[in-house]
Amino acid sequence: MKQLLILSGKGGTGKTTIASAFIRLSDAKVYADCDVDAPNLHLVMTQNMEPKHTDYYGMPKAHIDADKCVGCGLCKDNCRFDAISDEQGYLIDLFACEGCGVCEAVCPAGAVTMIPAVAGALTLYADNNRVFSTAQLKMGNGTSGMLVTEVKEHMKATAAHDAKLAVIDGSPGIGCPVIASLCGVDMVLIVAEPSISGISDMERIIKTSETFKTKIGLCINKYDTNLKNTQTIEDYCLTKGLSFTGRIPFDPEAVKAINNGQTIVDIDCPSGSAVREVFSSTMDLLFHESEDSKA
Amino acid sequence: MKIAMPVNDKNLESDVCQSFGRAPYFLIYNTDTKDSCYIDNGAVASQGGAGIKASQMIADQGVKALLAPRCGENAEEVLKKSDIMIYKTIAGTAQQNINAFIAGQLVLLIDFHPGFHAHGK
Amino acid sequence: MENRNTKIAVLSGKGGTGKTLVSVNLASVALRSVYIDCDVEEPNGHLFFKPEVNFKRDIYVKMPFINESLCTGCRKCVDFCRFNALAFTKNKPLVFKQVCHSCGGCVLLCPKKAITEKEKMIGKVQKGISGNVTVITGILNTGEASGIPIIKRLLDKDMSDERSPVFIDCPPGSACIVMESIKNADYCILVAEPTIFGVHNLNMVYDLVRLFNKPYGVVLNKCLDGENPAERFCIDKNISILGRIPFDNELGTMNSDAKIAVRENKRYRELFESILEKVMKEVQHETTADPKR
Repeated sequence: MKQLLILSGKGGTGKTTIASAFIRLSDAKVYADCDVDAPNLHLVMTQNMEPKHTDYYGMPKAHIDADKCVGCGLCKDNCRFDAISDEQGYLIDLFACEGCGVCEAVCPAGAVTMIPAVAGALTLYADNNRVFSTAQLKMGNGTSGMLVTEVKEHMKATAAHDAKLAVIDGSPGIGCPVIASLCGVDMVLIVAEPSISGISDMERIIKTSETFKTKIGLCINKYDTNLKNTQTIEDYCLTKGLSFTGRIPFDPEAVKAINNGQTIVDIDCPSGSAVREVFSSTMDLLFHESEDSKA
Repeated sequence: MKIAMPVNDKNLESDVCQSFGRAPYFLIYNTDTKDSCYIDNGAVASQGGAGIKASQMIADQGVKALLAPRCGENAEEVLKKSDIMIYKTIAGTAQQNINAFIAGQLVLLIDFHPGFHAHGK
Repeated sequence: MENRNTKIAVLSGKGGTGKTLVSVNLASVALRSVYIDCDVEEPNGHLFFKPEVNFKRDIYVKMPFINESLCTGCRKCVDFCRFNALAFTKNKPLVFKQVCHSCGGCVLLCPKKAITEKEKMIGKVQKGISGNVTVITGILNTGEASGIPIIKRLLDKDMSDERSPVFIDCPPGSACIVMESIKNADYCILVAEPTIFGVHNLNMVYDLVRLFNKPYGVVLNKCLDGENPAERFCIDKNISILGRIPFDNELGTMNSDAKIAVRENKRYRELFESILEKVMKEVQHETTADPKR
């Protein structure tokens, strides 16, 4: 099963719009949403399957037993994450606590314990035919990389043995969740936006992706909003030897489709026609080109 | 010699687990005495560095070879520094892989993926 | 609180809704202001301001370093580390910097004091001037997992000056980096776009700002004719709408060329001035209502 990951660097370039179109066009039986901080794919790929929810435990959180606390302040002095306040007795800021356990180790009175904490929820939609793995990180949490890994593991574990393609909707940025989503994928499709910000972010996500051994393709969304910048991006691909898989025009019909819970290939619209070509080029790159032709 | 393998169940007919760091159990098999035992993988619930912790456990068992379908760079470092050889498993059960190993049919694992919380090379 | 300047965080949940558009342009129409870019993974504000940089500092985190000659192999550090950043094999300790969270626990616990800390650079902060705006930017190096130490430095009172208001351009989402960015804000502007994705994620940051007891209002961006699910959300929840920025090709093009709209065109200047006026009125109202702020 080949895994295709869709990334962008910058937010709002159209990852989910394109991912949902790809899933529809390929009739992919396996897909996942790795943007665990702000998952959106489930809003377009509506499911009639019963979802299975699993709690996701992040790092444990510290807890101070006020009865045992002697007020020495050693915990606060040694906390590197500013997670302990002493304004009304010693209290843990559950959002700032990273679960390192230093406070528990230094407390002379045994007043601190580390308690398991639910940091989010994984959701798996699966029947004989399809698998859709997604998750939601609880607000204010870290350890999103670990949750992303679990989303992918659930997807892989439940996918049918003969499934050919898995489409993975990624998250913006270049940090932990993006790095976790990059591991083990066969190809990354970068969705670029022709703005100065978009180009700057695109360069950073390309740099991040290059450290992993995967094919890299790039497409430009809303290309006609700035033809000069579109040309800049295409020239950049040529210089860097990146595979350019096509361009999609800005299309108000796309917004309408998504707002109706449909993909852009479920209706007749310019972006829908264009994305079919991008899909075709991307599939060629993913399935037919040899390892040597990647950047 | 002792060899280790990540497995899904505590018996030799179990399939090899596709993950190393987050396998539920490790089979520790002695090729000389043909004894086998199973240890719970303490790393399975780890946030990060699961491969590191799993490798530490394997090394502490005095194992000389690990049979696994894949392995991360951090785990590879611990294993290499512990003088543990890493072989790539074939599809099938633990027993089938043990037989293949003894017959010298398994190849060394050479492709190590970057850590899931690490940053590639 | 240290600085008495007014801190206004601009966040959205979803990426690409217009946080930078709003924060850059509001900072530009204010008389004298500060703009802080807390989206350290993908910082964009500096592309618009092109500030004259007068201050740069590298940001470091502490990584453990083990003196092998002092190490006795007791493995207290290995057993303690919840991030599995330490291992011990063939009589040698190993440190895995990539998963280390710099908690300092191993240093504290080593009975032989064999562990010290060395600094690892993860990014930088820089400060500069662009006309009436002091521009403070944080940049995380590619390959690093977390920008929180950089955000902490960006929001340090020593980085800012006496200019007010201070606009904090936040990262997308609602995870810990966003929380860190809004921690000391006096007011939060939520930027929303008229799509179901936008509303879904607006809901997340709406929950976040209420959890932190921050006063807030919404700026509706990319407004088109017809049904606006984000506006509907605000009306249903009784959320103050600070302004509506129409979907506008010219504005879009200017933005995509990293031009600051209010500095290019009077029409946009007036639009953002009215939003700023509304924001400052709300902030005033909130700060007089709660003298602790």
